[in-house]
Amino acid sequence: MSDGATLNLFEQQALNRRRTTWLVLGFVLFFAWLGFGGDWIFWQLTLNAEPGAYRHAFPWLGALLTALGAGIAAYAYRTGPEKVLWSTGAWEVLTPDTDAARRLVNVVEEMAIAAAVPRPRIWLVPDADPNAFATGVDPSRAHVAVTQGLIEQCTRDELQAVVAHELGHVKNLDVRLMTTLAALVGAVALMSDGLGRLLRGGRVVGGSGGGGGGRGGKKGAPAQLLLMLFVVWIISWMLAPIITQLLAIGVSRKREYLADAMSAQFTRNPLALASALRKLEGAHGATTAIKRGAAHLCIVDPLGRRLDQREGFVADLFATHPPIAMRIARLKGMGYAQLKHEQRDREAAAGAPAGASTPT
Amino acid sequence: MSGILLLAVLAIVVFWVIGAYNGLIALKNQTVNAFKQIDVQLKRRHDLIPNLVNAVKGAMEFERETLEAVIQARNQAIRVEHTGPEVMKRIGKAEDALSGALTRLLAVVEQYPQLKATGNIGQLQEELASTENRIAFARQMYNDTATQYNTKQQQFPTFLVAGLARAAVADLWELEDQAARAVPQIDLSMKRKA
Repeated sequence: MSDGATLNLFEQQALNRRRTTWLVLGFVLFFAWLGFGGDWIFWQLTLNAEPGAYRHAFPWLGALLTALGAGIAAYAYRTGPEKVLWSTGAWEVLTPDTDAARRLVNVVEEMAIAAAVPRPRIWLVPDADPNAFATGVDPSRAHVAVTQGLIEQCTRDELQAVVAHELGHVKNLDVRLMTTLAALVGAVALMSDGLGRLLRGGRVVGGSGGGGGGRGGKKGAPAQLLLMLFVVWIISWMLAPIITQLLAIGVSRKREYLADAMSAQFTRNPLALASALRKLEGAHGATTAIKRGAAHLCIVDPLGRRLDQREGFVADLFATHPPIAMRIARLKGMGYAQLKHEQRDREAAAGAPAGASTPT
Repeated sequence: MSGILLLAVLAIVVFWVIGAYNGLIALKNQTVNAFKQIDVQLKRRHDLIPNLVNAVKGAMEFERETLEAVIQARNQAIRVEHTGPEVMKRIGKAEDALSGALTRLLAVVEQYPQLKATGNIGQLQEELASTENRIAFARQMYNDTATQYNTKQQQFPTFLVAGLARAAVADLWELEDQAARAVPQIDLSMKRKA
């Protein structure tokens, strides 16, 4: 019923490790391109400057930005889980003092046993909309966060299924990739905001740069080439936030199905997750505590985007989550197979001619 | 030339044997560990029962038999040796008896609204429900791991090194019948009215 989840666990873990490495590497390389590209343009501009004037010989911009990119990536990787939790305003459940909190802690500990992972740290997000997410770098330092709305609206079985889904993400190391991505998306968004302000304020700088190109305009073709490169360079600055968003989206859709399957494997109760998902969908307001940067971590899209309701090309491109109806349909398929199986067991136990009424 | 070829084949075989052997040993240890996990959860259950009994004792003078059945079942379960042959059958029998006694006790507790109203009982019920779940999930984990181990040591070609790794087929927990499977659902206060 869930062979895919068990068979592919190690592959999935290896894939997530590899993807995280590539993500970090790509991030640093992008910064290097931004820096050294700028250096090259500047170098071309000051190539035939008069003696005594500044000549851009050492690529300090590239060195600086590469170092900065590496620094940000290392920082994001190290502090990603804290940052994600902090951004949602979650607080840790250390000593449960209400019945609901006690039940949550129990359910998480039960599912940790079923999934054979260490007990994660448990966090509560003060938001009335039911939702949940997991974060962390590896299973021994993982965090599971659920909203107040989830523990209030779900039955014990449903809560179990949702927590099992999150532990599925933990076990196959989805959390490492998605948390690093969330931290990087956050960093890029912050920088592009700052850069936008810088560009709007510093138009004069660009103007004087163009003038410099004009002065060396004896050879027209290189100047045009330079201009083109300059445009590409600027565009890649502006594209950075969009690219990271698209990455976040592409990374998360398929793994929701896989985590659903793992939840069914841990609880042996796919229908509980189906009913939980229906509940979560019914309350499809926005989870206001969870911002865009962490949206791809959640069990259902916290932004309540209508796009998530359908499959298709556009949805494939821009929705962070597969349509809930599809997920429920798959879980129901699993539940149906299980019911068949149990019925067969019962008939076999009762000594009835098994298979007489259950064609397989 | 053929000497080198022979050496290469030999090296491959040796590496494969090492890999298969280590794989089997890893699974064996996982199976042992999964079994220990069940022990931990059973102990948790045994430790909880005195608290439950103390909490309901005063209010349930008329139900002395039910209480005593629980205490007796618990004491019997504690005495079961967790090593030796047929260990699973013995543990399973004692724990099933305990589950049955507990279910009856909790059904009786349901009939005393004033007892249920004290917060302590509600908490204990939650703890017991959780413990039952933990035991069930620990058994499930054990069965999954042991099945993997059993399959591996019987499959070709790994079964060639099974003797070397002293791999033996691990017993599985059996859920006796459908009724036994339904037993862990004792969180009466959460969903159902008695």
